[in-house]
Amino acid sequence: MKILVPIKRVVDYNVRVQVKPSGSVDLDNVKMSMNPFDEIAVEEAIRLKEQNKAKEIIAISIGPAQASETIRTALAMGADKGILVQSPERLEPLNVAKILKAIADKEKPDLIILGKQAIDDDCNQTGQMLAALLNWPQGTFASKLELNGDSITVTREVDGGLQTLALKRPAIITTDLRLNEPRYATLPNIMKAKKKPIEQTTPESYGINPAPRLEILETLPPKEREGGVKVESIKELVEKLRSEAGIL
Amino acid sequence: MANLLLLAEHDGKTLSPATAKALTAALQMGEAADILIAGQNCEAAAQEAAKLKGARRILLADSAALSHQLAEPLAALIARLAKDYSHICAAATTIGKNVLPRAAALLDVAQLSDIVEVRESDVFVHPTYAGNVMETVRMKDEKKLLTIRATAFAAAPAAEKGEEAPIETIEAGEASELSSYVGEELTQSDRPELTAARIVISGGRGMQSGENFHLLETIADKLGAAVGASRAAVDSGFVPNDYQVGQTGKTVAPELYIAVGISGAIQHLAGMKDSKTIVAINKDEEAPIFQIADYGLVADLFDALPELAQELDKLEN
Ligand SMILES: Cc1cc2nc3c(=O)[nH]c(=O)nc-3n(C[C@H](O)[C@H](O)[C@H](O)COP(=O)(O)OP(=O)(O)OC[C@H]3O[C@@H](n4cnc5c(N)ncnc54)[C@H](O)[C@@H]3O)c2cc1C
Ligand SMILES: Nc1ncnc2c1ncn2[C@@H]1O[C@H](COP(=O)(O)O)[C@@H](O)[C@H]1O
Repeated sequence: MKILVPIKRVVDYNVRVQVKPSGSVDLDNVKMSMNPFDEIAVEEAIRLKEQNKAKEIIAISIGPAQASETIRTALAMGADKGILVQSPERLEPLNVAKILKAIADKEKPDLIILGKQAIDDDCNQTGQMLAALLNWPQGTFASKLELNGDSITVTREVDGGLQTLALKRPAIITTDLRLNEPRYATLPNIMKAKKKPIEQTTPESYGINPAPRLEILETLPPKEREGGVKVESIKELVEKLRSEAGIL
Repeated sequence: MANLLLLAEHDGKTLSPATAKALTAALQMGEAADILIAGQNCEAAAQEAAKLKGARRILLADSAALSHQLAEPLAALIARLAKDYSHICAAATTIGKNVLPRAAALLDVAQLSDIVEVRESDVFVHPTYAGNVMETVRMKDEKKLLTIRATAFAAAPAAEKGEEAPIETIEAGEASELSSYVGEELTQSDRPELTAARIVISGGRGMQSGENFHLLETIADKLGAAVGASRAAVDSGFVPNDYQVGQTGKTVAPELYIAVGISGAIQHLAGMKDSKTIVAINKDEEAPIFQIADYGLVADLFDALPELAQELDKLEN
């Protein structure tokens, strides 16, 4: 079984981004990392390989040249091969999904595991779109996966609790936080990863010309909340909630 | 002219409060909206939707093929209906987020997630970067698919008596061979639903255990509040996943949010910072949650919560 894992290079989750006065997101000198949900996707693929359920794991990143570092991280965790689709511009999920579809048509994987959401654009769309383009089933927001023959049982985190579906293979999975805890790459594996291949391509090489459908008119910081006051006791808190906030 | 379709959120019997809120947002894009009720045995939900002011028609697709509103048949249905509409909306719930991007890709159009403001019928505001950036976006596709952050909009009122929207039964389409429903484990609770509650009290890692959540539940019951949690509390197994508030959990904006033993990571703030009044109880006076709290109490929660319960009892008497 072959697994594709699309991974996005994003601002590290510890960074609180700022909007520049000129009206763009300040990404100068901020730490970049693999999207946390995508680390979970890589980890899940590696576990399937360790259980002898998967043979090959290909990590794919679409982005600037530096996204090859993100791919190296996935290779050091245990992926076998990388594909870097170089594209300097910000791509909308539909275009990302189209590129991934072209790669899937060529690689013919049995499973594609994505993150449920990229923590920069917070779109939560790409996996669902890719599933539509491939006409595959989708198991989004997965917290548990089980492979049995040609079927995949996936437990999903939904608003009311948990839902379990059976999907035919090939299928799309998107990861939620509790699917697993990703491993750290060990030093020997980081060294080994340097020798693993990364194929370099572009969107155009798949015949895709990523035209944006969205026009960003304005980028602003959110309304700041004014900090409030400290209260000394529960008594004072309840009193203030009654008299000032008028709630209780 | 804008022609709107809103995918309703329901469990067959009742309409989720998110639908009436999403309708308000949809009606800012155009004048009247059709509401799609898709599922199996959902006649009752359709009747409830018919009573919403601004609903033009209720499209009822009631079939075993749509049971549990799985993404594959539902997205196909929406894509089929799309030719009559300029805007297709859904609340940004797990169902909306699951289905709408799939429908958008079938239609070869972009989808915008989690809008909080409608500027023009093609210009919308939505948060990115865990709510640290607000983006205003013009959608250039002819068809606009959007998920709506329900907490950012008031619920649409009820229609006048006799003004209910007509219910039309529509073709549901084929069941999908691709996926099938196996089962579910839904959290049972008599408390109000987290995203619709007037008051929310949430616990974090500081609660130390699932048992200790009864301290919060006692207070929740006195206040008629819902109980939420941070990711750390969910990951530690204190409470189920559907309690999680934050960037990747639920978004809430109640009148009062009480954060107990929660540090205030940006991912948590993303889900609750639009609450009207925020109270934080934390023993660490440096905890970032205090920077956004209207009322902060530096205290051990195991002292503070029983005391709060007592004070609330006094109020009742
Ligand atoms: C991709 C990604 C997505 C995420 N999404 C979310 C999300 O949606 N929602 C979310 O909440 N988090 C999310 N997180 C996690 C987030 O970064 C934080 O790790 C998490 O919110 C911390 O939870 P906490 O505040 O309960 O725990 P901690 O940060 O450990 O804080 C515990 C707090 O309890 C206080 N405390 C301890 N004991 C007591 C006591 N006896 N009395 C009073 N106070 C006490 C401590 O002082 C401390 O401030 C996400 C992280 C990632 C990487
Ligand atoms: N540029 C990209 N390169 C590789 N994978 C991506 C890219 N953008 C999105 N993805 C994948 O799609 C998931 C969801 O992203 P999004 O729909 O943007 O929230 C991510 O977690 C990744 O797995």
